[in-house]
Amino acid sequence: MNARAFLVRGLLAGLLAGLAAFLVANVVGEPHVEAAIALEDSGAVAPGGSHSHGEESAGHSHTHSSGEDEVFEVSRDNQRTWGLLTGSVAVGVALGGLVALVAAGTLGRIGRLLPSQSTALVALIGFVAAALVPFLKYPANPPAVGDADTIGERTALYFGFLLLSVGAAVLASYVACRLRERIGTYGGVVAGIAAYLLVVIVAALVFAPVSELGDFPADTLWSFRLASMLTLATMWGVLGVLLTGLVSRLYARETAVAQRRELAASL
Amino acid sequence: MSHSAAAPVTGAPALPTIPFRELAPWALLFGLLGTLAIFFVSADQGAVSIPAGTAIHEWVHDARHLLGYPCH
Repeated sequence: MNARAFLVRGLLAGLLAGLAAFLVANVVGEPHVEAAIALEDSGAVAPGGSHSHGEESAGHSHTHSSGEDEVFEVSRDNQRTWGLLTGSVAVGVALGGLVALVAAGTLGRIGRLLPSQSTALVALIGFVAAALVPFLKYPANPPAVGDADTIGERTALYFGFLLLSVGAAVLASYVACRLRERIGTYGGVVAGIAAYLLVVIVAALVFAPVSELGDFPADTLWSFRLASMLTLATMWGVLGVLLTGLVSRLYARETAVAQRRELAASL
Repeated sequence: MSHSAAAPVTGAPALPTIPFRELAPWALLFGLLGTLAIFFVSADQGAVSIPAGTAIHEWVHDARHLLGYPCH
């Protein structure tokens, strides 16, 4: 087992995870994106926040500064198919590689967990720390929600919280592994989870809230956010399951080879 | 190449580990590449624009919304 073997498997698992996420996003999510854009275009929802924009361009594209940028138009048909596919697969492959390399680093270093078990644990912690917890603080928003003037601030808050959550998860996992040697697995794991929760809960209280919903209809918002969570869960779920399976097979093969070699040497 | 090490406390077969020295170049290279790919889908031409324009933003627009990133 080496870094390259892990990376290749991660990229493959990530590619398929990205495709699965695209399917879920396209089938489950797109109807609500369309509904939100229809609301935006009809002017039925006032943009949240205090700013109102006089110059709304036709179609669904967003000029972020006032009008001077040339607007690059992508048709809705392309956005909800090829564009969505591009984004999902790119993020899937990137996450797959990153998760696989972290799994490679934890190999044989988390208690007595087998390679497949530590890989599954990394994917699970990754989902919680990089997707679920950030979503709980700053949930996904459909088009028509969000004031273009605060995009910089909201982006900084979102990624700041994401980095903090992932960093806390890494530290908490390390603490759990070290404590485990002293106070046992149960105590170590409980202490690690408690430490992570403490950090993200305090951070969630400290980080500024974002509330720019305006009078966007609650049912569309809920359906969109549910679809978004399903997309993320699909991405991480497929990635975790496939990578765990691939690592498990790799380990079984290498173990078998080693045993055969041992047997041959003993003859 | 990797193999073995890890303290076998109970006499069970040793688990494979990958030395960090071997892992570091892979982690560094793909860490940068992966972060860059996620940046283009998640944040480019929103808060920060490299390159300037809106083409990338418009193309991955729906993915950005549905994967939970702040879009606009």
